Formats: sequence, C-alpha cells, structure tokens
Amino acid sequence: MSRQNLRAIDPKKVSGELFTLTYGSLVAQLLKDYENVEEVNRQLERIGYNIGMRLIEDFLARANPGRCYDFRDTADKIQQAFKLYLGVSPSIGSWSPGGDEFSVVLDPNPLTEFVELPDHLQNLRYSNVLPGVIRGAAEMVQIEVLASFIADSLKGDNITEIRVKFVKRLEDAVPAGED
Amino acid sequence: QVIMTVYSIYILSKSGGLIYQLDNNAPLIEHEKTFSYPLELKLELINRNITVVFGQRDGIKVGHVLTNLNGISVTGAQMEDGRNVFEVLKDTNNYPISLKFSRLKLSTNEKIFQASMFYPLYALACQLSPEPKSSGIQVVEMDNFRLQCLQTLTGVKFIVICDPKQNSVDSFLKKLYEIYADFALKNPFYSLEMPIRCDLFNENLKVAIEQLEKSTLNSV
Repeated sequence: MSRQNLRAIDPKKVSGELFTLTYGSLVAQLLKDYENVEEVNRQLERIGYNIGMRLIEDFLARANPGRCYDFRDTADKIQQAFKLYLGVSPSIGSWSPGGDEFSVVLDPNPLTEFVELPDHLQNLRYSNVLPGVIRGAAEMVQIEVLASFIADSLKGDNITEIRVKFVKRLEDAVPAGED
Repeated sequence: QVIMTVYSIYILSKSGGLIYQLDNNAPLIEHEKTFSYPLELKLELINRNITVVFGQRDGIKVGHVLTNLNGISVTGAQMEDGRNVFEVLKDTNNYPISLKFSRLKLSTNEKIFQASMFYPLYALACQLSPEPKSSGIQVVEMDNFRLQCLQTLTGVKFIVICDPKQNSVDSFLKKLYEIYADFALKNPFYSLEMPIRCDLFNENLKVAIEQLEKSTLNSV
C-alpha cells in the first residue's frame, strides 16, 4: 500500500492500517485468553454475529436496499455491504445448481494485510468475524444462512473464500405486512 | 417563536415492546381559575383522575383533569395534604377556591400499554386489507394530529405523532432510523430490544426535531 504523504486527513476516518492492527490485537488477545484455537474461532464468529445484527440496521437505514426475495439478491447486497464498510469489492461466484449456495471471494482480505499464521496456529480461522457478520445480518432480515471459510490465503491457498449457504426463511419472525 | 409540531415519538422493538418514548408537546394546556360556590363544572373520578365531564368553560374542557387545588397538588382524588378533593369541594367555607386543570397526561405504564397495542393493530391492518401484500399502518389522520409509522425490514417500528399539517415526516422517520442505527446500535453498552437510555441518542434526536421544526417554520 503506497503512502500518500499529503493525503488530506478526514477527521472522521481512521486509517485502514489502524483497523487492521486493532483486529489483529483482538485476535491475539483472544488467543491469550482462551488458549484454545477452536474456542477462539467460535468467539470470533460470535463477535461477528453480534456486529452483523447491529450493522444490518445501519446498512438498511443508509443504503435503503429493500427486501431480498431471491438469494442472488442477497448475494448482491452482501457484496454492496463489503464495499460500503470495508472498501473492498469481493467477487460472488461458484453458485450451486439449486441457487442456494455461493462464494464470496475476498481479494484482498482487508484484515490480513500484514499477517502471517505461525505453524502452531494453522487451525485458526483468523478472519472468522466475517462469516459471523454475514450470519447475524441475514438473521435480522429473517434469512438463516450458514457461512464459513473454505479457503484462506493465510493458510497457503490462492484465494480467501467464504461459502454462504441458504438454510431457510424464518417465517415466524417476518414483520407484519412483509409477505 | 418555535412551533412544536412534533408531539411524540415512540419506538417499538421487533417484538412489539416500547423501547423509546419522547413527548415534545410544549403547549402545556393548563388553566387555573378561581371559582365560587356552587361549582358549575361537573367533576367525576374517572380512571383515578378527577375529570371534567360537563360544564366546560373558559378554556377548561371536558376531559381535562384536576391537578391543583389552591396551589396544593392533587393526585387522584387526594390532595397532597391528605384531604379528599370531593369533601373540600362540598364545603362552602372553602370558597372562593382556585382550581387548576390540565389535559390528561399518560403515565409511563399507560404509554407502554398503548404502544404494545399498536403492534397487533399494525398486523391486523395488513390482514384487513383487500389487497394482498399490503403494508401495515403507515398513516393515521385525526382532526388534531397525525400518526406516521415506519417499519423497518427488521421489524422495528418508528412512530411519530405530529401536527396534521407537518410535512417531511417521511424523511424525518428515516433520519430517526439513522440516529437509532448510530447512537443506539453502535453503542456497545446498549442491548438489543431493551429501552434506549443513551444520552447521545437523546441529544441527536432533539437536534433532528429542531431541524424539522425549523424547516417547517421556513416553509410557512
């Protein structure tokens, strides 16, 4: 990332590097606290879930996207949200034949810019907040999904890929007046 | 001079509970008058408040409740000094007597109850509609006020009660949604579905109301 020395400082924006550093500190601290890689993976996903539940309202209030009636719609909106919040443009692809599964390919992954996984932490899903955010946000708009990493460049794969699978619509949670 | 045209704001969580309520009515309708015996106003105890049921005059209307007797505050049928209001009013020696009436104010519990009535009414409205895929209650218009409701995709309802002539309530409701997304949801100490008790939320809401009222003033 090239440094722009005379970049105008917007007082409301924090540098992306600070964000990456903050996230890294969070993961490092969790590892110290839990000492168990699987537990940390779970906690990261949970953190993401809580973020997603709140972030969705911000997304709805600002971007005003309207309800999804099709999983492709959902995929588009997830792509929009990544752009809006993380400033990256992931690609959506690898659709399953039934249209109920797709992949979000992150290139680059904004969280892992300066990160290298040590050997003893090969099972760590470093960016596990991201699938959590997707799950939490979808649940608030009454869609249950499963989201998880199936490829991670930190582990030597070529790309970083999150697989999102549609489980069901939460019919009883749908607010009155919405279909 | 500021026109207070937004009267109240209610926010309902997706399960229908009241999580925020603000009353912004400035015209505190209060009238204090001195009366001589016999009292022309007919007063009755209704819902634990002494209410004017007939004989309205001088701005004191039917439905107004007694709040003060000779400067002593009244709760229900009892004065702060322990005397029963009806006993005092019967005694001719107490006249001339000064009585203060004001428009009935809802208690917090009553507001919670009313707000939770809105949730099923909203759902009923969807079902009563002859058209399929109808939304719920969006606007209710009365002589003296209008109620407008915005339901988000997540089921949260923002309700504004305002002057029937108030414009741009739609954009105000959207602004309200943004303020909720910012100052309630982004506060890590605020738990979802719980009452909103965040200072920043209150402050920003007040600013938004002022902006709405200022814009109304300019367009009048």
